Amino acid sequence: MANEKQLALVIDLNVCVGCHACVTSCKEWNTSGWAGPLPDQDAYGKDPDGVFFNRVQTFECGTFPDTETVHFPKSCLHCEDPPCVPVCPTGASYKRESDGIVLVDYDKCIGCKYCSWNCPYGAREFDEITGVMKKCTLCVDRIYDETLPPDRRKPACVLACPPGARLFGDIKDPTSEASKAIRDNGGYQLMPEAGTSPANHYLPRRKTQSVVHEDQLQRADNPLSREAEPPKFGGPTIDDASQW
Amino acid sequence: MRPAFSVLFLTTLIGAGQGLLIALVAGQLFLVVGTGDASLSGGFYAVGSLIALVLLALGLLASFFHLAHPMRAWRAATQWRTSWLSREVIALPALMGLAVLYGGLHALGWDGPLMHFANGKSLDLTMAVGFVTVIACLALFLCTGMIYACVKFIREWHSVWTVINYTMMGLASGFVLAAAYAASLGTVVTGLYVGTALVLIVLALVGRAISLWRNARIKPLATLRGAIGAPHQNIRQVTQGFNGKSFNTKEFFHGKSPETVRMLTTFFLASGFAAPFALVALGMGSAALLWLAFLVQYVGLLAERWVFFAQGNHVQNLYYQRKG
Repeated sequence: MANEKQLALVIDLNVCVGCHACVTSCKEWNTSGWAGPLPDQDAYGKDPDGVFFNRVQTFECGTFPDTETVHFPKSCLHCEDPPCVPVCPTGASYKRESDGIVLVDYDKCIGCKYCSWNCPYGAREFDEITGVMKKCTLCVDRIYDETLPPDRRKPACVLACPPGARLFGDIKDPTSEASKAIRDNGGYQLMPEAGTSPANHYLPRRKTQSVVHEDQLQRADNPLSREAEPPKFGGPTIDDASQW
Repeated sequence: MRPAFSVLFLTTLIGAGQGLLIALVAGQLFLVVGTGDASLSGGFYAVGSLIALVLLALGLLASFFHLAHPMRAWRAATQWRTSWLSREVIALPALMGLAVLYGGLHALGWDGPLMHFANGKSLDLTMAVGFVTVIACLALFLCTGMIYACVKFIREWHSVWTVINYTMMGLASGFVLAAAYAASLGTVVTGLYVGTALVLIVLALVGRAISLWRNARIKPLATLRGAIGAPHQNIRQVTQGFNGKSFNTKEFFHGKSPETVRMLTTFFLASGFAAPFALVALGMGSAALLWLAFLVQYVGLLAERWVFFAQGNHVQNLYYQRKG
């Protein structure tokens, strides 16, 4: 299943600060939109439960003291070879040929949860209230909405991300922002051993270093310094001439 | 994985029903090809098929409790080209239809010979339908097993042993049931069923033991390194991103202690295999002991199915290790 167009997210782990703005904006948009509702149960009680399309997790890598914290947003990766789709007994799960988005037809889903067993990323979440499987839609009800200004036709998480860690675009179009980011910044796919060929890519954390040499810390020459005597010239200067 | 009781009952009930149907056809074939004049009345096969039909129907009923939208279940027959679950949805009612046909033909005595052989034997209509029923039983075993065996993200299930074990345990339980049924009526095939049941229990135990051994030394499909793509040897989760519950933390974890799983493993080895073997072997021909053997075995196989689910460790669990 090779689509000519494959919309996807590219998430820069070097930029993500783990603020969960994408999580809340996703829930806000989708619970009231085409893919909604995303119900919560016992939301203010002791044991809250709920449906989200997007989660931000945090991992610590390395051995102390050489550790780094990785904030890791996780949503449906819209695999190019999605293992969740062919196993669906009703055909409710499908991958759109027009843009590669993996969706669930809520009117066909019988709630057997078999698709979720066949997703290695745990991207699908079952809605017990309406009894159907739900998942990220790449905000399919936003990105083609011509009543929105063109620059707002993006998934809610992309628009919400304060540091701009999330890019959205067609990864089959080599000139798209998403494709360039994957190419230029070493974009990679999650769990390649699963053989799913995820469309969403992640950009790795990069060490940002600037080397400061010792002599750069000492001011050998400062043209603005007022401490030293101004240079003397033999003859009259233009200042002398103008000061009468 | 969280064991769903609807699925535990579905797989164990239809397994026994399929095994019983195969036993009935095997008994008929045994009497046809045998040299003796012994034969059984059509009523034996008809009532036997009815018992199998009830088991299959109860399994089908149990499966509906697994669905959130049972009224849409008919749609599940549409994707048979790609989905083993869809194939099972077709195979189970098809087998129920064949069980009705096989039992019905016997009950009505519609049993004309279809073809004659040189040795004086003939292929009767009921025998021919019986062969088709056996093929349908085996196809259903394959579908049921493959539903689990094709989930490659649960390494414990992704094995040919899943299909073999579902088949062998279903056959073993069906033949014990057939032995109890035949012994109650005092029929000539009781010995055949008792002997076959003993062999099947041992074979099923060997297959299940191999899968237990395989599970104990299984290597995970992926590690956190590949799961988040961080080039580190040492990665731990600080938080899964929420303190409450989610579908991912409920469906993919059984929530019981490893001791419970170990205890139930011991229980199912005793109750599902050792005890029925002893009861069938010692109670040669005693109908009461054979019925007891079937009940003890059924409870054991329910526990076996629970352990089968609980031991399934899904790859997605890598992402849900710590609340934070």
